[in-house]
Amino acid sequence: MPAPPDPLTRPGLPTHAPIEAALAAALWQGTVPAGLTAPDPQEIARRFAVYRNNVAHGLSAALARRFPVVARLVGEDFFAAMARAFAAEHPPRDPRLMQWGAALPGFLQGFPPVAALPYLPDVARLEIARGTAYHAADADPMAPDRLAAALSGAAPESMRLGLHPSVTLLSSPWPIVGIWRANQAGADPQARARLRNARGEAALVARTPSFEVVVELLDAATHAVLSALAQGAPLGRAADGRDPTEALTLLLRHGLVTRCSADPGADPGPDVATGSDPIPHSEIMKGDAQ
Amino acid sequence: MPALPATPGLSFKPEHFDEIAARPGAVGFYEVHAENYMGAGGPPHAMLTRLRSDHALSLHGVGLSIGGAGPLDTDHLRRLRALVDRYQPESFSEHLAWSSHGAAWLNDLLPLPYNEETLDRVCEHVDQTQEALGRRLLLENPSSYLAFEASTMSETAFLRSAVRRTGCGLLLDVANVFVSATNLRSDARSYLADFPLEAVGEIHLAGHTAEDLPSGPLLIDTHGAPVPDPVWTLYAEVIARTGPLPTLIEWDTDVPAFTTLLDEAARARRVLEGGRDARAA
Repeated sequence: MPAPPDPLTRPGLPTHAPIEAALAAALWQGTVPAGLTAPDPQEIARRFAVYRNNVAHGLSAALARRFPVVARLVGEDFFAAMARAFAAEHPPRDPRLMQWGAALPGFLQGFPPVAALPYLPDVARLEIARGTAYHAADADPMAPDRLAAALSGAAPESMRLGLHPSVTLLSSPWPIVGIWRANQAGADPQARARLRNARGEAALVARTPSFEVVVELLDAATHAVLSALAQGAPLGRAADGRDPTEALTLLLRHGLVTRCSADPGADPGPDVATGSDPIPHSEIMKGDAQ
Repeated sequence: MPALPATPGLSFKPEHFDEIAARPGAVGFYEVHAENYMGAGGPPHAMLTRLRSDHALSLHGVGLSIGGAGPLDTDHLRRLRALVDRYQPESFSEHLAWSSHGAAWLNDLLPLPYNEETLDRVCEHVDQTQEALGRRLLLENPSSYLAFEASTMSETAFLRSAVRRTGCGLLLDVANVFVSATNLRSDARSYLADFPLEAVGEIHLAGHTAEDLPSGPLLIDTHGAPVPDPVWTLYAEVIARTGPLPTLIEWDTDVPAFTTLLDEAARARRVLEGGRDARAA
């Protein structure tokens, strides 16, 4: 009895969608789909492997560009295998690869092979913040003299600051800033050893007006003040009895205040990490919860 | 709408930005991948704004999935429209390929069979894109490693029909012609003899890598090497028939020094000037 006709090759019937579905499924696993031809049919699998390699390597390379320190910490080959598992579970949803990877910290948290590196998810969060800062919307900083004048008025404690869209605040039980710095090109080789007994760290990540993405180590008080300011609290409530000088100095030094308003109804909070920014601020702040 | 100049052009790589800014006009145009400029702000847009102020610009999409079986991503079309409105490129091009399936984007240019059904779908997608962008698009021939039993027409016949039905133009990637012909053991010159050259608005040239199969070479279109001699020869033959056309040296991986790209552009310029002479004679 003849075999039933293959749905991919039966003439006159739709071919486009079933062929695309069969190819897409075979990119990650399984056998090469029927319906493909080559001058020597023995070589079809070798030829189809070009597409498999392109997809796996292309996505892995894209993820490594966004998470260079995570890649360095686990090693190139391990990262490529991990990226493949991540891509199969959380593929890009559209062609903006600069936004792909928001789910990586959560994935790492549940990925047994990296259980011995518990700081990895928070390092990934820091790298997401750097990418977010690089691509965040442009916004002009307030001139320092205008800001100084506004803050030296009758009621500085009632002032709300609009922060630059590139600003992210992070806090971790792990020394994420130290780990990140120790894995930059030209880092002091002793820096890794010093991390052994280091404590948790908080960071400000943002883009300066000269397009430098900065990672600033914060003490707990400064992190608390900046986080409250980023959420739209007026200066007095954000400081909550703490000295806000260090927080304000950092913002001023990096040109990160875009607005300053005494209007109690005004809420400049949405300036932070909104618009076409891929990662909602609340997502990034989850690092705090650990 | 002004067209790209019939000169050499280069892929824009951010690491070359300072050299390019210091030498405006070193080549006639630059080409960028649209998807790299879909962030909100920051250095990419600042560089592209500066690049665009000094040069003609080709916007090359790699993510629209015009050859896909499913509907186009209208959000992506809107993002492309925003880029076109902001930067007013002289040209917009995309690929005869698919790159997304279901909710996943695959970051590669994947192949489709050529038949009446896929032609209808591709023409719908080209029409929709040209309407959404308010301009003509150039459709690029792919590099092939395999073919389909379900194909009932040649790639050149498919492209010719797409041009006739949608009014789109074509981006002739001569390197892809060479790669595909080598891989499918067919003849690049026959392909080019049947190619609707009158619709070509831009040419791509690039390098590839090679693997050995029992039946012969398998070339991989990597955009990571100098343009090889056989591709230069085919290119010169095309230019002798068409006269000068905008010609991109496409180099996306293992990006070399800017001067290496300029050397490749100079070689293309010599061919273009030969083509001009040949037509004038």
